[in-house]
Amino acid sequence: MTAITARQEDTPFGAILLFTFCAVGALVSLLAAAFTQDPSFRLHGYVFLGAFVLASSVMTVGLSSGRFRFDAGRYEDGVIRAGVIATMFWAVVGLLAGVFIAAQLSWPAQLYFPEAGWLNFGRLRPLHTSGVIFAFGGNALIATSFYVVQRTCKARLAGGIWPWFVFWGYQLFIVLAATGYLAGITQSKEYAEPEWYVDLWLTVVWVAYLLVFLGTIWKRKEPHIYVANWFYLAFIVTIAMLHIVNNLAMPVSLLNHTSYSVFSGVQDALVQWWYGHNAVGFFLTAGFLAMMYYFVPKRVERPVYSYRLSIVHFWALIFIYIWAGPHHLHFTALPQWAQTLGMTFSIMLWMPSWGGMINGLMTLSGAWDKLRTDPVVRMMVVSIAFYGMATFEGPLMSIRAVNSLSHYTDWGIGHVHSGALGWVGFISFGAIYCMVPWLWKKSGLYSNRLVEWHFWIATTGILLYICAMWVSGIMEGLMWREYTPQGFLANSFVETVAAKHIENVIRTLGGLMYLSGAVIMAYNLWRTIRMPSLAQSEAAAAGPAAPVAIAAE
Amino acid sequence: MSDRKIDEHTGVETTGHEWDGIRELDNPLPRWWLWVMWASVAFCVVYWILMPAWPGINGYTKGLLGKSDRAEVAQDLTEFKQIRGKEAAKLTNASLEQIEADPQLQAYALALGASVFGDNCATCHGTGGAGSKGYPNLRDDVWLWGGSLEDIHHTIEVGVRSGEDGARLSQMPAFGRDQMLQPAQIDDLTEYVVHLSRRKADAAAVARASTLYQEQCAACHAPDGTGAQAMGAPNLTDAEWLYGSDREDIKAQIWNGRGGVMPTWGKRLDPETIKALTVYVHANAGGQ
Repeated sequence: MTAITARQEDTPFGAILLFTFCAVGALVSLLAAAFTQDPSFRLHGYVFLGAFVLASSVMTVGLSSGRFRFDAGRYEDGVIRAGVIATMFWAVVGLLAGVFIAAQLSWPAQLYFPEAGWLNFGRLRPLHTSGVIFAFGGNALIATSFYVVQRTCKARLAGGIWPWFVFWGYQLFIVLAATGYLAGITQSKEYAEPEWYVDLWLTVVWVAYLLVFLGTIWKRKEPHIYVANWFYLAFIVTIAMLHIVNNLAMPVSLLNHTSYSVFSGVQDALVQWWYGHNAVGFFLTAGFLAMMYYFVPKRVERPVYSYRLSIVHFWALIFIYIWAGPHHLHFTALPQWAQTLGMTFSIMLWMPSWGGMINGLMTLSGAWDKLRTDPVVRMMVVSIAFYGMATFEGPLMSIRAVNSLSHYTDWGIGHVHSGALGWVGFISFGAIYCMVPWLWKKSGLYSNRLVEWHFWIATTGILLYICAMWVSGIMEGLMWREYTPQGFLANSFVETVAAKHIENVIRTLGGLMYLSGAVIMAYNLWRTIRMPSLAQSEAAAAGPAAPVAIAAE
Repeated sequence: MSDRKIDEHTGVETTGHEWDGIRELDNPLPRWWLWVMWASVAFCVVYWILMPAWPGINGYTKGLLGKSDRAEVAQDLTEFKQIRGKEAAKLTNASLEQIEADPQLQAYALALGASVFGDNCATCHGTGGAGSKGYPNLRDDVWLWGGSLEDIHHTIEVGVRSGEDGARLSQMPAFGRDQMLQPAQIDDLTEYVVHLSRRKADAAAVARASTLYQEQCAACHAPDGTGAQAMGAPNLTDAEWLYGSDREDIKAQIWNGRGGVMPTWGKRLDPETIKALTVYVHANAGGQ
């Protein structure tokens, strides 16, 4: 037991390094805010300054009172608890923005505020997409990856205080992106809207994330690396590559928020959709498959269905996904041969994607009764079903003949949301429902009935949403391609917009239901956290038994 | 290290590894999964052979079917030209009056006009052309810049206050914002404009504003308020109001002197299309 009590007595070097980094950062952002002529840049200079000053102050107190000394015999769970709270906070914010812009599309005249530019659809839309993908999804991925990598490596997170830097640095990125969108700062690349200096900041945070993750794997006490960690690592590495290449740009000046991409024309479009599609592939698919590979077998207490399938579908997914991006550019200036390759690689991607679904669903064999008894399991299983549906629909829509009808229509929006709400949302909710009692040492959730309510309201909401989008997408696709006998377009664009009104209203309702489910969940988790904790002795038995396990090695 | 066990439920062996209590079964790849994967690969190989696919150093593989998107678009355009052939040629040479006189040609121009109107004009003037506040109604017989075929054609071609040379241009002064008149005078003028449109107005204010109107407004809106189409100055005596008929709207207009912008379509659409649009707008409204 001496190993547990042997704490690091000196102030850790990592903490001093981070303190210096924050102090220098504060100075640089102060200078940037002081000397720039650009009000947008100054706004973000102040945001940076505030963050760095706050961090430096907290660290001054921490360092002088002897904090930041970590017990290597225990898992780092504080940063994960913070991540869970951030995940739920951003989920509600991102979904709320989505419901609001859905309402704007339903009632454009009533919800149009020309005097308040930041309430414009064009600014709120990236707030919604980045809010749900990067703020909600990203926090869920970081939090669960920190949880999973420690448990499956039997090692404390590497880097001492740096996991906290990853967490807070990522929140700063979100705040910079969100305030930028509202203020009209954008480089107009979908899902990569933040400007150059925010991109640089995210790069720093992401490299730290990679190092923390790799460092933890490096010092693992297990002989093999668990499949979930392969997926997390693929997600972290590939997102770093995509982010850097797609955001290569030349700033107008070092004191101006505007920049110009190094790519132009169709090359720019291709790089953008190579990025955009693989953000779906490696952020929204690989990352959340990692989540599935840990939380599903853990929750249902059954072995993973097939080790071989996990290897084959992992490598097939990694190699094939990266080529599929051009299917976002069918029937554009992109050469036809590139469209062909994008389409065919998407078709070949179908089974590698389904490998994950099979492994997830078949892991339940021997535990199917839990679908009835455990609403959290049901949520995760339905999420895998939505994953299977979305990864079938995607290759289907990438076929050029289908795409000529579906492209640019609401069908695409429906497709994304069956993946986002059904797969990404539900698997994250499932993982968080699992983690909260484990992290806060509770006997279980506050209320399983509330989970049932969450599940049914949200599932109905998703179905309303995607069915409405199928109808309106196919309708507008058909209306767009309708010609008069003389070869003139039969419908003007605005007529096709007006025709979708009912579907837009149903979509808003579906989104509102999904948001309501998330609010119910947040309440349920809050009550769970406030429940009395398990007794210390009990916790040692029910918890991960980390100190003993690690110390014993 | 290997610790292979038989899973009781399925009878399948595990791989022997364990992570935080999670084990893995040593199941083979599902047959159907593997076959569908190979089938999708085979489909793609066939597709590559048939269609333009792989890039090389000089160009790309063209595919056995010889398909090309560009060739197909060119083919479609040729077909459209054939369908439209005779009427399109006639439209090029006919005058606006001749188009209206020839029922077949007019029907063609109306079809073309309706399609172009929907994607270019409806954004401001509305799908049916009924306009909205600040955007003129094209379905009535009230015209700011004239409602004859020639007037409409000219307006579409050059635009209004578009910043291009030759655009129709007029600017109502911002009497209030630029402090050309006192607020009280603007209140009086508002009453006077209400009075011009034959509605009940404060007689004292109307009397006070009468000279002011003649000095400040009559040059464009005419002494009797009937406006002047040469300057795009609206008629103030009718029931049509571009920026609203309430006292508040009228006062805001005198205060700010707003004027809308219409693009110079001559730089964006070809002459035939502008002719067709003219005929379409003229036929739908009470053209003069």
